[in-house]
Amino acid sequence: MSDTTPNPVVDERIKAEPLISRLMKRPELGAIAGVVLVTAFFLITADSAMFTTAGIINFLTPAAQLGILAIGAAMLMIGGEFDLSIGSMVAFAGLFFGICVMVWGFPLIVAIPLTFVFAAFVGAINGMIVIRSGLPSFIVTLAFLFILRGLSLVGLKWASGGSTQLRGVRDATENDWLAPFFSGDAFPGLFAWLAEKGLVETFKNGTPKVSGMPVEILWFVVLALVATYILLRTPAGNWIFAAGGDSNAASNSGVPVNRIKISLFMVTACCAALVAIITVIDAGSTDARRGFQKEFEAIIAAVIGGCLLTGGYGSAIGAFFGSIIFGMVVIGLTYTDFDQDWFQVFLGGMLLIAVLFNNAIRKRVTGER
Amino acid sequence: MTEDSKFHHGDSDNNAAPIVQMKDIEKHFGNIIALAGVSFDIRPGECHCLLGDNGAGKSTFIKTMSGVHQPTHGEILFEGKPMSFATPRDSMEAGIATVFQDLAMIPLMSVSRNFFMGREPTKGKGLTKRFDIDTANEITMSEMRKMGINLRGPDQAVGTLSGGERQTVAIARAVYFGAKVLILDEPTSALGVRQTSNVLATIDKVRSQGVGVVFISHNVRHALAVGDRFTVLNRGKTLGTAKRGEITPEELQDLMAGGQELAQLEGSLGGTI
Repeated sequence: MSDTTPNPVVDERIKAEPLISRLMKRPELGAIAGVVLVTAFFLITADSAMFTTAGIINFLTPAAQLGILAIGAAMLMIGGEFDLSIGSMVAFAGLFFGICVMVWGFPLIVAIPLTFVFAAFVGAINGMIVIRSGLPSFIVTLAFLFILRGLSLVGLKWASGGSTQLRGVRDATENDWLAPFFSGDAFPGLFAWLAEKGLVETFKNGTPKVSGMPVEILWFVVLALVATYILLRTPAGNWIFAAGGDSNAASNSGVPVNRIKISLFMVTACCAALVAIITVIDAGSTDARRGFQKEFEAIIAAVIGGCLLTGGYGSAIGAFFGSIIFGMVVIGLTYTDFDQDWFQVFLGGMLLIAVLFNNAIRKRVTGER
Repeated sequence: MTEDSKFHHGDSDNNAAPIVQMKDIEKHFGNIIALAGVSFDIRPGECHCLLGDNGAGKSTFIKTMSGVHQPTHGEILFEGKPMSFATPRDSMEAGIATVFQDLAMIPLMSVSRNFFMGREPTKGKGLTKRFDIDTANEITMSEMRKMGINLRGPDQAVGTLSGGERQTVAIARAVYFGAKVLILDEPTSALGVRQTSNVLATIDKVRSQGVGVVFISHNVRHALAVGDRFTVLNRGKTLGTAKRGEITPEELQDLMAGGQELAQLEGSLGGTI
């Protein structure tokens, strides 16, 4: 029998697929289309200042802070779990970092890794409880949303002697050599050079209006690239999709599902810690309301980016663009004549459209009819 | 020499040493006796059908063979040596692959990602060690072509495949990863006519590559189309093993049902089963 020779016959039942429909199957397509739409909307309605270098950086900064969380949340969602405690985790990690710097007086080289280890530990606890108990992560992390927020309040009062704010972080970290990696602007030289060449807007005295790229934007871009690489080009990425798609089938095929899920909880918590460190150094203080409701915004950004609530499908690039949409809407409305409170309406609307769209996409991909 | 049929090409070697031998297997769950002395063996390159009605103990038996359950009594010989499989992983590593009805496939993921799930090929070292997606795609396409399925592309989602094609992916995956014995748990039970014939053709191909196939079914016609030997289970016991050509569909059907009621049933249904 000639069953080992390749059979070049093309199956006549399969139609050649047009480029559009192939593109339609990319999870991040919706988010990219959303960015185009939102950009068009603001190009028409907003003040032209929004799309100058200063304006763009203005909306990319909150987008980046959210995006770092959203990328973590997206990876976890692809892995089939939720973490509602990331917002509270920002406050809690901020508190821990503040205590490291202010109470224990550690330099950043010690304080920052310690904060990440601490966050990873809390994430691991979250993950362990979810895995061991078999409860939905929604309910377990909802508990941690309150536990961590409450602990942040209590801890802050203890560390600051009664206040819910811990000040003076800026003074303590100002001269630390590691601080520029986590706060302020990067590439001032590049921006000065661009100003000289007249490629970016300058003040009258010739200094650029934007002195550099805020570091969180760089972290945001780097994280999006690393996460995408892991998801699409490593065995671990395949395991994440598999664990989220069907954890039973995955573990039958030898995927270490529990290890993957716990690691994802740890990564998400570390993303929250990164946001905490950046914002605490930037603001010079930490307070208990930091990261308030960020868990929802991060999940919304991930969903706009194409993640399915049921897991197993999504992309980090999608979450990247989802966060940019978010930043554009939050900041963009201030450039328009609209009442800023439309923001929430817009957000809910975007989420609804994204979910409907994702559902349709999933049916396309899986060929459900 | 038995006659070749559409799904059966060439006899298996009757004198080959069995890969797996199960002797007098008993399995009790508390006070329930699920298996009361079942003997079964599988040789390379043969398709040994395990037939039985619902509740006959087929599932318990294959779960014992694949390491999910440990037998209460009895002996399992693997390539002549006594063997006990503590976990499904052990038996998988020894070369016994089980394709369960739920297939262990993820519909949202592409065929090639499913194919290599948990056993991804990598290239590079250290930090640059990565999933070798090109190799994975290439192997998937060629393995699927060998089984007679032309994929639209390696990135086609498993969800878009038909039930029969999914079975074929699962079988091709098991064979590619070195299965010596392939246990198929009712692979045709939920399939249409055309898809069933695809799966039966796949079984025949796998068999001719020297893999021993254990085909569990309660459909006599499907079993007779591909099987070399037929063992019938009833109420936790083996009723006997017959060779291809030595038994008629009617006899097999009677054995499966225990012989009694079916005669009456058959009359009332006009010979449709």
